[in-house]
Amino acid sequence: MIDNLRIRGSVLPIAARSATKWAKGLDIPRGGKTVIYTGLMYQLLPYITASVRNLERFEDSFWGKFVFVARYFNKILNVSKFMGFPSKADLTEYNQILRNIALLLRQAGVEFGYLHERELYSGALAYDLGADDAFRLHASKVYERLKQDGVQSLITVDPHTTNMLRTVYPRFIDGYDMHVRSYLEVLVERNMPAARKADADVVIHDSCVYARYENVIEEPRTLLDRAGYRVKELRDSKEMTHCCGGPVESLYPKLANRIGKKRVQQLENAGAQNAALMCPICLATLKKAGRAKIQITDISNLLAEAYCDGQFN
Amino acid sequence: MAKVNPDFAQEVKASEEFDAAACMNCGVCSAVCPMEIELLPRRVFRYALLGLEDRVLENTGNIYSCLLCKMCEANCPAEVHIAENVRFLRYYLNKNVFKL
Repeated sequence: MIDNLRIRGSVLPIAARSATKWAKGLDIPRGGKTVIYTGLMYQLLPYITASVRNLERFEDSFWGKFVFVARYFNKILNVSKFMGFPSKADLTEYNQILRNIALLLRQAGVEFGYLHERELYSGALAYDLGADDAFRLHASKVYERLKQDGVQSLITVDPHTTNMLRTVYPRFIDGYDMHVRSYLEVLVERNMPAARKADADVVIHDSCVYARYENVIEEPRTLLDRAGYRVKELRDSKEMTHCCGGPVESLYPKLANRIGKKRVQQLENAGAQNAALMCPICLATLKKAGRAKIQITDISNLLAEAYCDGQFN
Repeated sequence: MAKVNPDFAQEVKASEEFDAAACMNCGVCSAVCPMEIELLPRRVFRYALLGLEDRVLENTGNIYSCLLCKMCEANCPAEVHIAENVRFLRYYLNKNVFKL
């Protein structure tokens, strides 16, 4: 992972073409003072899901003992390319989420650019695993690139990138001065009316990082409420949200799956048609946890249906 | 028999990140942990505070199993920064055991 970050700029390097495909046809200007910053999280998840599927096959097998060999090959050849091939359905789904977010911001009248192939992964996994030295180097590289491109303000799309760029980077980079907001916070501020009111129940699966690290709790509720959704609250919600299990999936897939199943059960018990999620890791983990009696979807899908009037597609 | 490593104890004490001294061993963290890891965090933190490096090393798997979800931290009456403490232990293991 550290080698990938140092040599290839991401823990799981993917082609720039794959990372930027979601923006095709949206004509988002290159760079600018305010940019949408994906941190490559939604784009990476289909690849991570495919890799974990393969990892699960090896986890308890004889060949699992030799997985460490990949570490040495990876210094020369990007082993990630062979770890798993994502499904077209997953790629389409995750790219659509990013398109939804961009369209929602446009609908709200926000002007923003995008760094396209110059965008870098935030380094969140390296930070979480305590690889602080590698993380510091990478964070500096990300910041340098933002400054080179004249960026002052970032609109993030997922909780982990929000936390990295807003709360963690200032601790590692002297003079760090980026202004960072989650797209959910930006949309609430803009107070745009819904183009069509929904008439459905929804239960929210709060992201641990949004709720307990970044205090982004009321924003998804406000947006869903304004769109006409009836929000059903769980006992384990807001600051007490129950983790999806996703953060350990690449290390302990079976344990992660057990936690995911428990959470899906809780969401089903709310009796709503939809479960609104706001993190790509949660989405991948809870969808994988098994066939649910509830529609597990990214909140941007519900918001785009309600708020986007089609003129910015 | 537990063996104290004074260098490890000193590093934990000197760390700005590791703040488990306030832990009163109430066990709420272990009770709410979605991973159901009883040893983590309170017992592993106690080992770290006492400089029992061997005991911490025995729990390497548990330390990397933590979701960093902060469910424990949200319920901790002593307001220990549990997630950051786990990260510190990971950083220590990375440097001193895995030589990363």
